[in-house]
Amino acid sequence: MKDVDYDVIVVGAGPAGSISAKTCAEKGLDVLLIEKRQEIGVPVRCAEGVGKEIEMLVKIDKRFISAEIEKAKIITPNNATIELSADKAGNEVGYVLERKIFDRYLAKLASKAGAEVRVKTSAIGLERENGCVKLKIRSIGEVEEVKARIVIGADGIESKVAKWAGIDTTLKLDEIESCVQYLMTNIEFEENTTYFWIGKKFAPGGYIWLFPKGEDAANVGIGIMPKMSEKSAKILLDKFVRENFPDGNITEIVIGGVPVKGAIETAVADNVMLAGDSARHADPLTGGGIINGMRAGYLAGITAYEAIEAGDYSASFLRKYDERWKNDFGKTLERNKKIQEKLIKMDDETLNKLARSLEGKRIGEISVRKLVIELIKNHPKLLWDLKDILLS
Amino acid sequence: MKLVVNRYKCGYCGACVAVCKFDANELIETYLEIYDDKCTLCMACVKTCPMNALEVID
Repeated sequence: MKDVDYDVIVVGAGPAGSISAKTCAEKGLDVLLIEKRQEIGVPVRCAEGVGKEIEMLVKIDKRFISAEIEKAKIITPNNATIELSADKAGNEVGYVLERKIFDRYLAKLASKAGAEVRVKTSAIGLERENGCVKLKIRSIGEVEEVKARIVIGADGIESKVAKWAGIDTTLKLDEIESCVQYLMTNIEFEENTTYFWIGKKFAPGGYIWLFPKGEDAANVGIGIMPKMSEKSAKILLDKFVRENFPDGNITEIVIGGVPVKGAIETAVADNVMLAGDSARHADPLTGGGIINGMRAGYLAGITAYEAIEAGDYSASFLRKYDERWKNDFGKTLERNKKIQEKLIKMDDETLNKLARSLEGKRIGEISVRKLVIELIKNHPKLLWDLKDILLS
Repeated sequence: MKLVVNRYKCGYCGACVAVCKFDANELIETYLEIYDDKCTLCMACVKTCPMNALEVID
């Protein structure tokens, strides 16, 4: 008789969870992937923009691409626009996904690799027993206990697995972006272009974005930092939409929190690894979390395989996963957290001045890092403030 | 005084759970549960809610 029901249970079928489950299953492990929602990918909690590097993680399928991105426009409080474009026309720098399709596609990959998938199934408790984990789950109302060697918590910003495992990831009010987004039609924008409105006037501690979803619809959203804003995300977005897209119609409302804590000390405990938003893996500067989540999912998957091969599921063995994600994108999280702290403190007049200094300059390659470097070149004082970050 | 959720406004995004130090709330699928015995009325979730769905009432 087997001592456990599964080698690995993955909690949460977002991109991080599905890639973890797929990776474990491909290595021949017995995997259960559970999702608390009755539909994978719904409700969406995301602006859906990703960089081109997603191509290294999954084969691009037209069905989950809403738009290709070639250009970005950054709009400052006095309505000056800085344009960033790809070096060559027709060279996309990123994509806007259709998460409802994308997430199901990834879950299907996990299933095809051999993972068992169960929806409308929540984890409701975790206990350790004889070196393994007893996970209590509620599956369409029926409570049962399943035993596993390792649990991967990819259960999002509201992670319970982290709390049960004793990993404190509580976010302070300057470590989260409070977000609302409308999928809008009947609005005008340039195709293949993303827009970012920056400054306290628009979004204290965050920004407003427009990401096209095809030619006749776009995600228009806002992220604000609760510590810096008196008004809620919804109130500020409504004001922006009234002023900028008075004729637009809203066909979907998306609500979410994005962790912008930077790299946490550890994402592991005995028998447990966290991946994606549960481990606060989203980028604190851009708020983007899909690619880091998928990378983390892969790294957690291979670490789970090695731990099971070695028969050692202790935190000390699983620290290998901490090393891996920190070496992969953890340093960028730390650096971008420092840059974000500087940027959100800037008053609107400084942002306007920075934009003026960039007027007429063509910035090839859309990357926030590149933009920051360009800003610093023009503003030596900023360079002084950021020297520790740039030298690290 | 008591923390309450307006379910007609709540978008069940989980942001309030992520900022709660006291484990005083939980998102069960799409249903936000508030545990009054643990809530300290610290207001962290009220300030974080993107939809203004949380408030403290007398």
